Amino acid sequence: MNSALLNDTILPILYMLAAAGFIMAIKWLNSPATARRGVVVGEIGMLLAVVGTLLRFDVVSYQWIFVAFFLGAAIGIPIAYIMPMTAVPQRTAFSHACGALASALIGTAEYYKGVRQGPPVTTVEMTALIIETLLGFLTFTASLMAFGKLQEVLPQRPITYKGQNLVNLGIFAAAAGTGLALIVAPEQTYLFPIFIVLALLFGVLLIIPIGGADMPTVIALLNSYAGLSASAMGFVLNNKMLIVAGALDGSSGFILAVIMCRAMNRSFSNVLFGAFGQLQTTATGKAGERPVRSASPEEAAQILEASRTVVVIPGYGMAVAQAQHKLKEMFELLGKRGVNVEFAIHPVAGRMPGHMNVLLAEADVPYDKLREMDDINPEMPMADVALIIGANDVVNPGAETDPKSPIAGMPIIQAYKARTVMVIKRSMNPGFAGIDNELYYMPNTIMLFGDAKTFVSSIVKELGALARA
Amino acid sequence: MGAYEFDLWVFMLAAFLGFQLIRGVSPLLHTPLMSLTNAISAIAVVGAILITGAKDASTLSLILGFTAVLLATLNVVSGYLITDRMLKMFKRREPEKK
Repeated sequence: MNSALLNDTILPILYMLAAAGFIMAIKWLNSPATARRGVVVGEIGMLLAVVGTLLRFDVVSYQWIFVAFFLGAAIGIPIAYIMPMTAVPQRTAFSHACGALASALIGTAEYYKGVRQGPPVTTVEMTALIIETLLGFLTFTASLMAFGKLQEVLPQRPITYKGQNLVNLGIFAAAAGTGLALIVAPEQTYLFPIFIVLALLFGVLLIIPIGGADMPTVIALLNSYAGLSASAMGFVLNNKMLIVAGALDGSSGFILAVIMCRAMNRSFSNVLFGAFGQLQTTATGKAGERPVRSASPEEAAQILEASRTVVVIPGYGMAVAQAQHKLKEMFELLGKRGVNVEFAIHPVAGRMPGHMNVLLAEADVPYDKLREMDDINPEMPMADVALIIGANDVVNPGAETDPKSPIAGMPIIQAYKARTVMVIKRSMNPGFAGIDNELYYMPNTIMLFGDAKTFVSSIVKELGALARA
Repeated sequence: MGAYEFDLWVFMLAAFLGFQLIRGVSPLLHTPLMSLTNAISAIAVVGAILITGAKDASTLSLILGFTAVLLATLNVVSGYLITDRMLKMFKRREPEKK
């Protein structure tokens, strides 16, 4: 084939088709019915772009590319099939780390190539390159830190020290300053490794003060950074498909982060620099001294069985205990007895956007039973039972009533409005954020003490016994 | 219009398109959305191929490019497969069991 024809005429069309495929892929994700078609279109788009690129005349040696393809697929395919759904947040953090590092390494290679072999990089290209590598390297270490916290290799509690924000700001300023110096005079090659180290360091420091409950926002934000880094690469390579794909990823992560922040009534800076979970340690200690009502699985089963509408409110605790499959059994048994069971999902329940939905879908709960917070709140006063499993802050009425509460103003699922509130909880220890929850002491609340999975299993057993009786 | 100006326009329009599209995605599918966009942005593999396959690639370029192709391929493959695996789980109703 005429190689100029390929490079100048066919390839741009392939890239454009690929970009169109990516856009359609996201478009079709707006409904579960069309979503899988979207994945196929995205795959086709990517295939076109990759094959087209391989055929370019300036791509001459293939052996390393194919070895890397093979290794990447050999690692990626088992991850995709073996990984349990409960590990989705970790896997997402890990893939952000991979994507960001790939883009940072490409930027690094471009830099050294430009400086040593030419053609010399222009100021515009250098600016894009610095943005690409800065975001790439910092997202890489930040995502690894997030991975460590989600995998519980690192402590989930936020780690704070005096002057932390000042140190972080200083490191970031140093990284940005070095980047700026490189933009002005790219030939100062000695600065580039310093720049890389500063960016990597900033990524680590950024995540240290962030607690597990803030992970949904942080993961979304890192998603955005990884995308923006890829987009910046498009500017360096003058490749519009890369710009579009990166911009889609960047805006997606950004919007998710905004949704998460809004669902907690907090600002970005508050999430990143506020060190949630550390402020409230003084409020703990007096918990457990006030009287609460508790019940056995048998009593709980009787109440559930006698009700018409049950709203289940899951949280991170459900994921930890892996209680979703037992919940599905309970859902079925109650459904057979004519009880309407629905699931109320708070946007920040769990460790990443949509975490609870994926787990419940995995357990075969039909998705029309998964309701959004704003959608179900008006119906809460009609619910006979609100069954809370492993959720805490997202049902804390203090967010509405106590202006001094650290979560004041955060929209909650109004479980307290249900006729009976049941809370499955290990003990009276305050939740992750260490905030006491008034809900537990309300007269219509029944505490069900125990591990979420074990307790739900017991309820299922009792319901089975009731059905036979 | 310089090349970079044109690129900026493309970026701006794509970002707005992204905002509009993502707003339409139900919170139900936010996790698959994140893994799908992650796979999409792994199209950075194109840049990695150009670095690794270049005629006069230095050893440094080869090492960096090779690693980048590997990482991006990993994201493409596992990203699409996991997205599809998750989406398969979202069912409207129970299959009839009678």
